[in-house]
Amino acid sequence: MNAASDALHAKAQPETATALLSVSDLHVSFRQSAELIPAVSGVSFHIDKGETFALVGESGSGKSVTALSVLRLLPHNGRITGGRVNLGSTDLFGLPEYAMSAIRGLRIGIIFQDPMSSLNPVMTVGRQIGEALRLQRGLQGKASRTRALELLDHVGLPNPQRHLDEYPHQLSGGMRQRVMIAIALAGEPDLLIADEPTTALDVTIQAQILELLERLKRESGMALWLITHDLGIVAELADRVAVMRAGKIVEQSGSERFFEKPEHPYSRELFTAMPRLDACLNRPETQGSEPLLVVEDFKIHYPIKQGIFQRTVDYVRAVDGVSFSVAQGETLALVGESGCGKTTLGKGILNLIENSGGRVRFDGSDITELDGEERRKRYAEMQIVFQDPYSSMNPRMVVGDIIEEGLRALHPAMTETERRERVEDLLQGVGLPKEARLRYPHEFSGGQRQRICIARALAVDPKLIVCDEPTSALDVSVQAQILRLLRDLRDRRHLSYLFITHDLAVVAELADRVAVMHRGKIVEMGVTRQVLFEPAHPYTRRLLQAVPKLRLSKASASPR
Amino acid sequence: MLKLLWTDILFFILLAGFVVLIVRARGREHLRRPWRKVARSRSAVVSLVILLAYLFIAVLDSIHFHPRNQGENGKSQYQAEVISVLDSWMTPIRTRVEKTYSAPFSSYAYAKEMIRQPDGSQLWDYPRLQYGSAHLADPEHEKTADILATGMKGLGEGGLIWLLSASLVIVWRSRHDRIGLAESLKRIALGRTEIPWRAVLLTLFLILGCSGMLGELGLRYHVLGTDKVGEDVFYQSLKSVRTGLLIGTLTTFATLPLALGLGILAGYFRGWVDDVIQYLYTTLNSIPGVLLIAAAMLIMQVYMARHEDEFASLALRADFRLLFLCLILGMTSWTGLCRLLRAETLKLREMEYVQAARALGVRQGVILMRHILPNVFHLVLISVALDFSSLVLAEAVLSYVNIGVDPTMESWGNMINGARLEMARDPVVWWSLAAAFLFMFNLVLAANLFADAVRDAFDPRRAE
Amino acid sequence: MIRYIIRRVLYAVPLLLGVNILTFLLFFVVNTPDDMARMHLGQKHVTQEAVEGWKHERGYDLPLFWNEKAEGADKATRTIFYQKSVGLFLFRFGRSDSGREIGADIQQRMWPSLAIAVPSLLMGLLVHISLALLLVFFRLTYLELWGIALCVVLMSVSFLFYIIGGQYLIGKLLQLTPISGYDGGINAARFLILPLIISVIAGVGSGVRWYRTLFLEEVEKDYVRTARAKGLSEPRVLFGHVLKNAMIPILTGVVVVLPLLFTGSLITESFFAIPGLGSYTIDAISQQDFAIVRAMVFLGSALYILGLLLTDLSYTLVDPRVRLG
Repeated sequence: MNAASDALHAKAQPETATALLSVSDLHVSFRQSAELIPAVSGVSFHIDKGETFALVGESGSGKSVTALSVLRLLPHNGRITGGRVNLGSTDLFGLPEYAMSAIRGLRIGIIFQDPMSSLNPVMTVGRQIGEALRLQRGLQGKASRTRALELLDHVGLPNPQRHLDEYPHQLSGGMRQRVMIAIALAGEPDLLIADEPTTALDVTIQAQILELLERLKRESGMALWLITHDLGIVAELADRVAVMRAGKIVEQSGSERFFEKPEHPYSRELFTAMPRLDACLNRPETQGSEPLLVVEDFKIHYPIKQGIFQRTVDYVRAVDGVSFSVAQGETLALVGESGCGKTTLGKGILNLIENSGGRVRFDGSDITELDGEERRKRYAEMQIVFQDPYSSMNPRMVVGDIIEEGLRALHPAMTETERRERVEDLLQGVGLPKEARLRYPHEFSGGQRQRICIARALAVDPKLIVCDEPTSALDVSVQAQILRLLRDLRDRRHLSYLFITHDLAVVAELADRVAVMHRGKIVEMGVTRQVLFEPAHPYTRRLLQAVPKLRLSKASASPR
Repeated sequence: MLKLLWTDILFFILLAGFVVLIVRARGREHLRRPWRKVARSRSAVVSLVILLAYLFIAVLDSIHFHPRNQGENGKSQYQAEVISVLDSWMTPIRTRVEKTYSAPFSSYAYAKEMIRQPDGSQLWDYPRLQYGSAHLADPEHEKTADILATGMKGLGEGGLIWLLSASLVIVWRSRHDRIGLAESLKRIALGRTEIPWRAVLLTLFLILGCSGMLGELGLRYHVLGTDKVGEDVFYQSLKSVRTGLLIGTLTTFATLPLALGLGILAGYFRGWVDDVIQYLYTTLNSIPGVLLIAAAMLIMQVYMARHEDEFASLALRADFRLLFLCLILGMTSWTGLCRLLRAETLKLREMEYVQAARALGVRQGVILMRHILPNVFHLVLISVALDFSSLVLAEAVLSYVNIGVDPTMESWGNMINGARLEMARDPVVWWSLAAAFLFMFNLVLAANLFADAVRDAFDPRRAE
Repeated sequence: MIRYIIRRVLYAVPLLLGVNILTFLLFFVVNTPDDMARMHLGQKHVTQEAVEGWKHERGYDLPLFWNEKAEGADKATRTIFYQKSVGLFLFRFGRSDSGREIGADIQQRMWPSLAIAVPSLLMGLLVHISLALLLVFFRLTYLELWGIALCVVLMSVSFLFYIIGGQYLIGKLLQLTPISGYDGGINAARFLILPLIISVIAGVGSGVRWYRTLFLEEVEKDYVRTARAKGLSEPRVLFGHVLKNAMIPILTGVVVVLPLLFTGSLITESFFAIPGLGSYTIDAISQQDFAIVRAMVFLGSALYILGLLLTDLSYTLVDPRVRLG
């Protein structure tokens, strides 16, 4: 109760400055094995009452650290080494720790990126909201429950009565994020910090959550501090924009002016690197050639077992009768949201996951019927590049060994020198130095690691490469480089790609044809230009609607 | 004439294997990195020095041979008994056996007895010890001075050896880092080196100094007293080092193949293989460990009774029992590591680099060797390091229950057991217990600290 | 839920069978009944008659697995395997090698075992968890550093030294409690205080470290950050959120040892002369009484398997992710 009354008292004081939050010359460092590594080096900005402020940057820029520093929620090895933060007229860094309880949740709320891990898995939704209500509003018992239901309704959660007594794992991703927002709003804060609120969500849900945030802000007059790497979202919501890079703010201005003409070269780089939907309009159509990969009625079903003797009662139809073909030199994109089965399909075609039916014809012959040696060799003509560059390489092998692994398995006659030369060629072909073969994966950045994975796939001269969201875990500028590399390799080696992604703009940049997947089935397939600009299926249309306007075309002017 | 016992041979094989691993690790960066991290930790290197000191004693005690002596006809012949290098080195202390208890540094026995006086009468008093402080005419007054003098002499000897080692270290570091001798000395003395050499040298000084002192004093006194049958307790404690160390290390011979093989197979192939292996270790695990060991030891005794002729000498019997105990301990403790390895293999199997290897056409066996095994090895290392101290502690408990090592074999467990039964005496016979406690505590603490450092360095979650 | 229980119980049957067969093989196949008789009666000076007599008294004069000479069903039942091992399933432990009824002994001696084991467990949990929480609260301070160092030191001391030291200090020097012994009924409390204190203190080193690791794992998680962002004070965060989540592995870890409390701590009972099942087993081992050791092995296994069952069950009850998954 004391925290609540103190905070109310603090609110009653007249604001001497118009800025709600002002950050001056903030310096934050992290302690790592006796060294102090700077994360934020002199950041200054302010947020006015009721406005939406966007802090944009790629991974490692320090944007999340800035937000956590304001609330003094840094991890135990983080240190605030300089600067001031004022909330109204209160100096936040001058307050003792117990006084911060009156600020957190009550005056500044925050929602995080991953709602599954940010909610306590063993407490019901109701109790977690109730905890915030009790602390910040002093509500208990029935009054608390009523208010909690109100909040859930306010954030657009359907059927709040039922969900109030459920656990976080019983809700979907979008619903969990709504619950997080409800918790953050319980104290009716003046400022809401949203740290990558939609990055972990599906694209259609993403749009809904952003709409929700916009509405809540309008209705309550609260300020919104949006932290994101996605310029598209910023264009839709922000009043003012600041771009952060390597711990410093490189550009700060009003939203309209920023999107019309970004000044700093880094900001411009971010713009040009963004893939756009209209990239597919100018590309020449590839001539039809013989189909390289033909998939017929492919199924992957997982059995659901129940009962004392674990009998199979039903199946999860991850991939439910999918048919398509990829011609030589062609890129087919497989698009869909999480859980639609696209990754399962990609791995199943390569026989990394057991299939439950269907045929796969590669280069003329049916490879599902093959056995033993022949099967090993044929399947090796299709390779795969994974999404996560951190877990797709054995951390205890040097890069050279990683790349030549396929060579050792399939061409045992090659000598060590021959292998080494080939590895060096491949490394140079993906834009890395020859000496990289002697180093370990952890010494490289995310983009460089993906290059190594591509080199590994190319080592055995495949005809088709399945790319499973290869750029989703990368920063936007790196993404553009990798896409460019993939395009070059395709042109030079006449490769076919089965490109799996959830990002329609990336599809536009790279693919000749698109197949849209939903719940294990392909709902629409066709030439890229047609599917993206004249979608036939309602699901495709829903996906397209969720794409931020900024991504539609390079020529896109003021987005509002 | 060399005669290595079974346990000796296995011990040396294990040590050799260890050396091979170290040599191979030097060539691999991903192994060098965590070991460098271990080397930077002060507690780890100090513990390592202490552990190496114990190892040195154990190795000395594991080289057995038939001692030679001059036969009656002038030709040298080999005796029937088997002694170790340590025994031979400590012969003066080993052979000076008193009649019964005596306190540390004491000149008199613990119990009163009838002493025949020079004039024929008998006196009921504490007799002078046969060996302990026998060189003193007037123990009351001379002892303190004598102890100090002898102690200083021993310290000096130890100090000399230390000076030699310290100089070697300084010269080596100056060569290695390519700096002058004076600079190397300064850096080490001020503790500014990456590897805490100053701590190492200080610990070494402590160990060498103490050894020197104890060595010199031990020749004249029973520094830790004597036990019930008059044996020098210091000698017993040193002999027990080998027992403890062997139990901590030989068990891995039994644990590793089972845990590694079965754990990885179960995790990688899943299906019925997994079910069978899980059934196996659950069944084995459900039998209470102590009882299983007890049952096995009982069986071993019956076996030895049946084949009495194969176990001619006492040393052979005790050795076989020790070996058997290690194997049984290993067989009862592999399930923990197996479960860990199985869980880790299940995770690794789904790793994308394993899937990439399959797509590249790499065979199953090669995947297991190149991808799974190296990535679970840190678990094995951590497990072995952590288990070492619990095994040493377990030996003491098992000896108490009479299912540990042979009662004739020197071990801390037997020392505690023997002493415990005598605690009712007044004044209390505390020195055997204290000695066992000191030696055991030092070893286990050093092992624990070292194991902690190893775990911190190798646990991937705490990495970079 | 019921179906889950039934399934787990069904799985326990082959486990028990396996344990039974394994112990049988251990005891009877490696060393034949003849060897056992000879060892009990002395090695050299026994006649074959004496051996046969010893075997007959204890029912070891039957064939191991299969009786050729018998009729019909007796071919299987008049064997050592059937007589000795199958009976265990029905908890018919038979007689010990010294002639006493094992079943009756077990029933009588399990109470003292529980009397020492249950309070030790509960006190231990309370003390160790509180100390671990304290260390986590004082993270990154000198108090924590010294606390961890103390834990390692305490952990490195053998259990035997705690007992001997405790007995000497409190029993002999300070004369606060009797050194050892036992009495029935409420008087037992006098004799149980010392072993209780000693087992709690001896477990501090490893217990506090273990719980601290569990808590630290939870403290690093995201939901703790959310709780702090709500304005919760650090103690509230520890007790309300971290403890609640950590209780899942803690509880399941406790449940697994619950059934084993019956068999008692062998060492503690022995040193403190408490007439429980632990000392019963130790005496049997020193007297080489095969029948008792066999019975205790079976009992221990059955209880362990029961513990596994309870662990699985408690997971489904305590963790909502499993219950409502």
